[in-house]
Amino acid sequence: MARVTDAPKVVTANRLQDGAVVWLTAAGDWSTRIADAQVQADAAGAEAALGIARASAARQEVVEPYAVDVAVEAAGPRPLKTREWIRAAGPSIDAIPTAA
Amino acid sequence: MSPTAAARQIDPPANGLPSHAGIYHYDQVDRDFLKQRVEQFRRQVARRLAGELTEDEFKPLRLMNGLYLQLHAYMLRVAVPYGVLTSRQVRQFGRIARQYDKGFGHFTTRQNLQFNWIKLVDVPAILDLLAEVDLHAIQTSGNCIRNVTSDQFAGVASDEVVDPRHYAEVLRQWSTLHPEFSFLPRKFKIAITGSSADRAAICIHDVGLIAKRDADGNVGFEVYVGGGLGRTPFIAKKLRDWLPEDQLIAYLEAVLRVYNAYGRRDNIYKARIKILVHELGIDAFRNEVEAEFARMPVAEYRLEPTIIDGIRARFASQPYEALEPISGVLARARLEDQAFNRWVRTNVAAHRQPGYAIATITLKPAGGIPGDVSADQMDAIADLADHYSFGEIRVTHEQNLVLAHVRQDDLPALWKALSAIGFGEANSGLITDIIACPGLDYCALANARSIPLAQRISERFADLDRQHHIGELKIKISGCINACGHHHVGHIGILGVDKKGVEAYQLTLGGSAAEVGAIGDIMGPALSADETVDAIESVVGVYLEQRQDGERFLDTLARIGHTPFKDKVYASH
Ligand code: HEM
Ligand code: SF4
Repeated sequence: MARVTDAPKVVTANRLQDGAVVWLTAAGDWSTRIADAQVQADAAGAEAALGIARASAARQEVVEPYAVDVAVEAAGPRPLKTREWIRAAGPSIDAIPTAA
Repeated sequence: MSPTAAARQIDPPANGLPSHAGIYHYDQVDRDFLKQRVEQFRRQVARRLAGELTEDEFKPLRLMNGLYLQLHAYMLRVAVPYGVLTSRQVRQFGRIARQYDKGFGHFTTRQNLQFNWIKLVDVPAILDLLAEVDLHAIQTSGNCIRNVTSDQFAGVASDEVVDPRHYAEVLRQWSTLHPEFSFLPRKFKIAITGSSADRAAICIHDVGLIAKRDADGNVGFEVYVGGGLGRTPFIAKKLRDWLPEDQLIAYLEAVLRVYNAYGRRDNIYKARIKILVHELGIDAFRNEVEAEFARMPVAEYRLEPTIIDGIRARFASQPYEALEPISGVLARARLEDQAFNRWVRTNVAAHRQPGYAIATITLKPAGGIPGDVSADQMDAIADLADHYSFGEIRVTHEQNLVLAHVRQDDLPALWKALSAIGFGEANSGLITDIIACPGLDYCALANARSIPLAQRISERFADLDRQHHIGELKIKISGCINACGHHHVGHIGILGVDKKGVEAYQLTLGGSAAEVGAIGDIMGPALSADETVDAIESVVGVYLEQRQDGERFLDTLARIGHTPFKDKVYASH
């Protein structure tokens, strides 16, 4: 999973208390919106951001932080892998079954 | 509801559980244990939140309580022992879904219920609510003996020889927190049936049991071992043709001990008992088990008839009315209403009690999500169970529900009520009665999405006339090789794969989890989601063209072989 690539990266994790998907911002805190994520242009930047995320995990704020490859678009970063865009956007299906 | 139905409504006993539902009734010891267990986990969650436990320390503890971390949230898996629930328990699921989830729950192939949107901080409160109705999430995860599964028609099927629920309960009590078997090389799944027709898919379990009787009427078991799906699928092999009732526990202990001693712990992909059985060979494995069995103080493990009688007594029986075997009301309704008649053909099975029937509620509306039920639907189903089926609901491994004791006279009214909540579809066992795992929409291990594909196939084949024309055809979809959606044993199996970062689907043909189990054969290169839906259309087309009188899909496939299907599917490639 942690293959090193040249793509820009954002750092993500799940919030400990509720499991919500969160993204590391430029201010070093977490947002539930990927649009707020700070994009790291290179591996060194991503490694520094992961250091901040791991410190946060050690404070029981999040679990399992890792970096995600993204494309930078007008609306903000968009994860390259299907798994990650589904994590960012929520299930691709109507989460509530439609009762007649 | 009709006045007669209301009159038959059951008075709840003091604890509020419907008194005639065919479940095992807990006593104070069971309830005190559950309370302690919830308190223990409440303290563990508090210590995790306070930083006294690291994630690495906490993870095994939460898994022992059925709590996973998925893509978007925590997921809580609730055990439904051998798939039997009371209406009160189902209402409690509805309450939890409303209060702590997004208003729905998901029934799984292991007859369990999963909540997909759970917050860690809420879990102790949720476990309290579950304990209130004698439910929990213990042994729904981890390398222990998992919740035992069984035939959803247990105790009522017309072809039943032995009621498997009593033995499933014996196994539940024996395996719950069994210290020797809490840290096995890998998870261990047991399924039990007591009928000639296998509705519990015993051939794909670590241990599968068929309860039967000898010429004198004594109960014994046919024992199968080493079945399983996942990366390396196997159909279980026969270990014993006859295991006397009183040796059930001793013999299973022997099987588990051999597995515990020799099962591989160095490689997670080779850790299941199926690999051990495969590598040793069934004969050598049997010799090991019999040798262990011979060394054991078998008398100490004897399953006394009094124990079985005691357990049987704690299962409520149903006060059936004396009815005519054939209901005139039902016969008339079938003549008058084609749609109802169709539902009876697929979703109603014969009951051993004259005048009664077993009704399957398929949780597969056209274009719906297999196994998902909203809180409102849960309440409605609980009400229907109270009015028509002694307050009892069962879960099937095909992600459906069953009302097991419906008067034939009541079937028309039941079907209308089910249709009103979107679950009146006449498709049990048909092409839209699809099993699908959560896939990439929820699951952290997935390669590809399962649910949207199931929905598209369901939409494509929504026409009920066409579905009934096609007949029995089981599609099963997994989002990765772990095979939670049983794709290996689908008549048409679909496996989600990652093709250079793009979701793709590999099709298999000819699998089955029925009496003669079979692992399907891969058809060819993986396809896109669009192509997959078309490929299924092609497979169905070849079948309809080629089928001879009375043949089901599997029969035609066996007669003409796989080539005509492959040729058609890959013709355009
Ligand atoms: C996020 C949720 C889930 C995770 C992480 C998960 C994980 C796994 C894994 C790792 C295996 C392979 C185990 C092995 O072969 O040793 C497996 C098998 C299985 N799971 Fe799941 N699963 C999940 C959800 C489900 C659901 C929703 C169902 C029911 C619909 C299910 C039912 C099964 C079954 C029936 C098998 C395969 C049968 C077997 O070989 O034992 N799982 N699961
Ligand atoms: S089969 Fe794979 S994708 Fe589907 S639920 Fe199981 S682990 Fe997840």
